[in-house]
Amino acid sequence: MSPRATPVQFAVAALIALFLLVFLVVPVITVIYVAFADGAGGFTLSHFSSFFHITLMRESFWNSLYVGFWSVLISSLIAIPLAYFTVRFEFRGAVLIQTLGILPLVMPPFVGAVAMQLIFGRSGGVNLLLNEWFGVTLPIMEGLNGVIFVEALHYFPFILMNLVVALNNIDSSMEESAQNLGASGLRLFRRIVFPLAMPGYVAGAALVFIKVFDDLGTPLVLNQTNLLAPQAYLRITTIGIEDPIGYVASVIMVAASLFALWASTWVMRGKDYATLQRGYAGLAKRRLSAWQTAFAYGWIVLVLLVVLAPHIGILLLSFAKLWSFSVVPETYTLAHYATVFQDSPRMIWNTVLYCGIAATLDIVIATAIAYIMLRTRIPGRQALDFTVTIALAIPGVVLGIGYLRTFRGIEIPFTGELLTSSWLLLVLAYTVRRLPYALRSCIAALQQMHVSLEEAAENLGANKGRTIRRIVVPLMAGGMLAGFIISFMTAAVELSTTIMLVTAQNDAPMSYGIYLYLQSAAGRGPGAALGMLAVLLVAVGTYLSHRLIGRTGGTQPLEVQKIAV
Amino acid sequence: MQLPAMEQSVKVKVEVSDVSLAYDRTPVLRAVSVTVEPGEFFALLGPSGSGKSTLLRLIAGFNQAQSGRILIGGEDVSRVPPWRRDIGMVFQNYALWPHKTVAENVAFGLEERRLPRDAIRTRVKAALELVGLQDYGARRPGQLSGGQQQRVAVARTIAIEPKVLLLDEPLSNLDAKLRVYMRAELLALQRKLGITTIFVTHDQEEALSISDRVAVLDGGVIQQIGTPIELYDAPANRFIANFVGTINLVRGRAARSDGGATFESPAIGRIVLPGAVGDGAAEIAIRPHAIVLAQSGAATDPACTWVDGTVGAREFLGEFVRYVIEVNGAEITADEPHFSDRVTYKPGDPVRVGIDPARVKLFPA
Repeated sequence: MSPRATPVQFAVAALIALFLLVFLVVPVITVIYVAFADGAGGFTLSHFSSFFHITLMRESFWNSLYVGFWSVLISSLIAIPLAYFTVRFEFRGAVLIQTLGILPLVMPPFVGAVAMQLIFGRSGGVNLLLNEWFGVTLPIMEGLNGVIFVEALHYFPFILMNLVVALNNIDSSMEESAQNLGASGLRLFRRIVFPLAMPGYVAGAALVFIKVFDDLGTPLVLNQTNLLAPQAYLRITTIGIEDPIGYVASVIMVAASLFALWASTWVMRGKDYATLQRGYAGLAKRRLSAWQTAFAYGWIVLVLLVVLAPHIGILLLSFAKLWSFSVVPETYTLAHYATVFQDSPRMIWNTVLYCGIAATLDIVIATAIAYIMLRTRIPGRQALDFTVTIALAIPGVVLGIGYLRTFRGIEIPFTGELLTSSWLLLVLAYTVRRLPYALRSCIAALQQMHVSLEEAAENLGANKGRTIRRIVVPLMAGGMLAGFIISFMTAAVELSTTIMLVTAQNDAPMSYGIYLYLQSAAGRGPGAALGMLAVLLVAVGTYLSHRLIGRTGGTQPLEVQKIAV
Repeated sequence: MQLPAMEQSVKVKVEVSDVSLAYDRTPVLRAVSVTVEPGEFFALLGPSGSGKSTLLRLIAGFNQAQSGRILIGGEDVSRVPPWRRDIGMVFQNYALWPHKTVAENVAFGLEERRLPRDAIRTRVKAALELVGLQDYGARRPGQLSGGQQQRVAVARTIAIEPKVLLLDEPLSNLDAKLRVYMRAELLALQRKLGITTIFVTHDQEEALSISDRVAVLDGGVIQQIGTPIELYDAPANRFIANFVGTINLVRGRAARSDGGATFESPAIGRIVLPGAVGDGAAEIAIRPHAIVLAQSGAATDPACTWVDGTVGAREFLGEFVRYVIEVNGAEITADEPHFSDRVTYKPGDPVRVGIDPARVKLFPA
């Protein structure tokens, strides 16, 4: 590590700090300020007290916590056995489970919610069959149950993926030495495996909680508005940008999300259990007995069916001429796709444009921050990482409200257009919201790269800039591309900020279009069709980037690690 | 062997003068001064945390000293960034870039020097030939064995014809057999190129076997600089005596006497030493192979001082047998050359331990 930071490094760090200040810190602080300010600019708790005097708000507060808690619990019940199966046992289903991990990235929960109602709702396919065969119905989609069910099904992979990584990172010697000292079976699991995997689980669970709190689309589509996110949105959009109650709801949401984030880091503090020794060897895999295999496959197939239900449902819906009070649609049509191709090419283009710009900005900023964090000694560099991570806990609605309030009346130079009515603001919101994903990806890529690879370049005559260009960036390319994909995909299905910031139909991205369609019964078909196109777009993008990684070759981080042990 | 394109380089002197460095107030190097003569193969030897790698990185420009100067060929480079120093360094983990082929790795430094394409090709070829890897240019580093990776790292470094060659624990990632082979190779290469070379190691055998001179560091301080034989035969202090080779240290008291000194200890009693010493607490150091053993009751050489002991443990090492002998509550390590007709002792055997005063080194405590 070079002892002193260069002026260029300082300038870049300052520029990024300014960006985060203007587009993250100030808008959030503004929201908090408004929630606590009386008309004269003094401090007051009266907005909070009036918030809790409104029955609907009190109810929304408790409902949000209730939905968050149950979603985490049900996600855990789905994810933990799956994680354990993949890591512990030798069977082919592991690949299936791995693919489950990316499904929620491909389709946002609010799109699936409509399909879920058609399949699991009161008059949906499942309950029709149950009623016919057994004379009972399950209230899966009734009221808040529906929200919990949809959220849990979409977000359990966050727990699954984190837990699988944590379990895979446990060196087999950890388990073997415990066995050597006399532990086995459940005691071995409880005393060694579980504590070592705990940080991964907690990280995943916190993420699920935050995601559920953040989600605005699902409750709106399911018409469950007695939750905090819809209330904040409705107050601001119906009563107005001046209504303090919306701000109070925002502050409570930020506080709950920050608390979840803080709790997960607090639990994980000092527990960075990277126990993997040289020579990769995760936990020992066991063969399953016949009935264990049957059980494992049974569970996986069941979960897969339920998890795929929204996807299959949307697919059917997009082709269905009429679908109500039947298990599957009775007649099929291509009319919805025709409608969408006529109405929405502009939206598809907007999505590609906005998300492309946002993901590119993310990668540039994230690479710079990762470099500043890991390779320079610029004072305050930890603050950059910290600030970006905080963005994870800022619900989209809150950021949207913050932008509208902070930038109101501000014109874009030279055009005279209002910033708040420009799609630029949407791009900036996407950039800020997806930056944490890109940053984690870039930091991981740079961390895997031994400093001596850069020092060798400097030793052979390349200065800092050329070393970055010829060594750092090519070696980080894989991680950067992965970060780009995640940023792009998740921005493409973003709705919470989108519905706050879209002002003109012409400037709206696909996610907004899908939401508009899904609002009416007649729009369900075209909405589903547009949803399928979004899924297709994201899938094609992912495939192309994977091809790209494969072609550039030699950038696999694993190979770097192997040499740099 | 004829050197293609690689000429004997201009030999350069490296001077480190009064260098001190601390990380967050923890001193790592304290007033270190070393001069490495042109063309010398020089070792920095020390236990981990002694500051030897820090000193090497300082010469390469990756650390900056709080005080002191570094001169390469008489020129102060303390403020020169690493990329303008023209000092080649081979890293402990080789630091080969996985996204470049072997040939691209070797060409890197030449490209940075904006050499014409033809010249780069010739010099890459010459450097790879020099390390015997001329057929491996198109491979990726990940496809090579540890020993081959190291040769690529060396080729990449000497391709730029650096003024000085730095090697950071160059052999530590290789297995035992390969290590012995590669160190002879490295020495042969250095002699061929005549380049001033400094290498860091924690392995005293490695340092003693191939270097012209060695600087031993401990706690960020240079303990002694000398040829391997000087370090071994005339250790400057008890740290060196203990660190370089195996040695017995016995505590006691020294006193002046006519014609020399006497040393008295509970372990070996009284021994008369040649040469003058001061009075007071002292320690004597004896190499295990300077100790003679004799069967209890056998005739003994009167030139030695003899004490009775019991064999505690023994290790058979082929050329010799290493005994740990209990002598009046102390332990003495003795090496006896081994031949098939030679008597060996078993643990528990009584034995006589002979010490030749001429081979004893005394340190004031």
